[in-house]
Amino acid sequence: MDTATAAASVPEADARREAIRVEDLHKSFGNLEVLKGVSLTARQGDVVAIIGGSGSGKSTMLRCINFLETPSSGRIVIGGEEVAMRGDGSPANQKQIERIRTKLAMVFQQFNLWTHRTLLENVIEVPVHVLKVPKSDAVARARQLLERVGLGGKEETYPAYLSGGQQQRAAIARALAVDPSAMLFDEPTSALDPELVGEVLTVIRDLAAEGRTMLLVTHEMKFAREVANHVVYLYQGRIEEQGPPAEVFGNPQSDRLKQFLSSVA
Amino acid sequence: MTGLFEFLGLGASAELLSLSGWGGNLLRGLANSLQIAFGAFGLGLVIGLFGAYGKLYGGKVTRDLLAIYTTVIRAVPELVLILILYYVGSDIINKVSEGLGGGRVEINGVAAGIWVLGVVQGAYATEVLRGAINAVPAGQIEAAKSYGMPGLMIMRRVTIPAMMSFAVPGLANLWLIATKDTALLAVVGFNELTLETRQAASSTRAYFTFFLAAGFLYLMVTLCSGAVFARVEKWARRGQPSLKGGTS
Repeated sequence: MDTATAAASVPEADARREAIRVEDLHKSFGNLEVLKGVSLTARQGDVVAIIGGSGSGKSTMLRCINFLETPSSGRIVIGGEEVAMRGDGSPANQKQIERIRTKLAMVFQQFNLWTHRTLLENVIEVPVHVLKVPKSDAVARARQLLERVGLGGKEETYPAYLSGGQQQRAAIARALAVDPSAMLFDEPTSALDPELVGEVLTVIRDLAAEGRTMLLVTHEMKFAREVANHVVYLYQGRIEEQGPPAEVFGNPQSDRLKQFLSSVA
Repeated sequence: MTGLFEFLGLGASAELLSLSGWGGNLLRGLANSLQIAFGAFGLGLVIGLFGAYGKLYGGKVTRDLLAIYTTVIRAVPELVLILILYYVGSDIINKVSEGLGGGRVEINGVAAGIWVLGVVQGAYATEVLRGAINAVPAGQIEAAKSYGMPGLMIMRRVTIPAMMSFAVPGLANLWLIATKDTALLAVVGFNELTLETRQAASSTRAYFTFFLAAGFLYLMVTLCSGAVFARVEKWARRGQPSLKGGTS
């Protein structure tokens, strides 16, 4: 399959606005080439699940989209706006990348809540200080969001006093508070105890159902099959296979994907 | 009260230490010492913050210069540094003043003390804060970055508050060292507590009384500082479960 032209959107002419487009993305750490030319398009409302073994480059790809990792080469277009890159792949315009990042909310494997702030403070931090939303509005919205992820009543609690599942749900509330045009989930359940995975997946499933655009790096195959409308299988820095979940999981073409699916099943 | 002192045979000491006499001088000396300690500690924090950021994120030249600064300052005895910095500092100011056509300048003792001790404190503070910033989990800074925070805002809203709990014990030490290093300024003739004490003692020959009193004042400063830093540390550690168990 020609990975350079593969698009994640539905093949028929699709009128939905393009949210994220990645073209021929390369990323090397020293001599190690982690991404060898990945291209991907997510339109508004797409839920793209990115699967693959460890070291396949799936997290790196996600982190290149908001420039937490500096791509070595390629193009990144967010909501129709191309991120200006220098020759070495670093963002040419710091202001631009900061503005674009506020539209891409990231949820991390290790939650990364700010430990010196309460849940409420965590959720209002970016709206108040980056987006300059009036504090009272931000607080009201934060309370709604915490309520929504099932953390009503925990507003004044510090993250360290919560379970991993609760922390991750708070991190999702923090992501929603910036009203993102797309959400990036970097293995959101991989650091959780098995019994806590469900509560986080429930929240993500609801977000998918309301039509949020998201890119989801995950090890939860069953979940990916259920919520994603497009699945991408990465193998050693290349897209090995992609398509609707029913086909990728139900009728895998490549031997590597078959092997991968049987190993994680 | 006076009766009690007389009974204990301390009547003479109490009289020597009275506020209208030498005791007042001691307290003025203490006030000078504290003023310098505050100033030097503050200046040291500012230098330390820039120094720590420079060492962590600066270019090669910045890092090399800062390495020289922290190494030299920490290698040379403070007494020697004070003599060097004090005379070098006043020399430079006078040279500049003369160059601009002015006369010799009377160096303000407090300002000189703050500058000298501040430069010394800055070197230690650089290392304390560098260690504290390094101890902040990278994910917290990454999260701030990923939500579009500009660098200075990350420093103000995330890095500095998050590193405080790691920095406070070291900074408390630096503060106590600052209060006691003020005594070294006696060698350049600055009227801080130690010099005042020596003058009082040699004038009255009551060495024991005055040095004991000075020791007591230094101890009080330390005890009060301890109480303040305990509160600061509690605040800085907000959100972190105590190691002793239980909830905050």
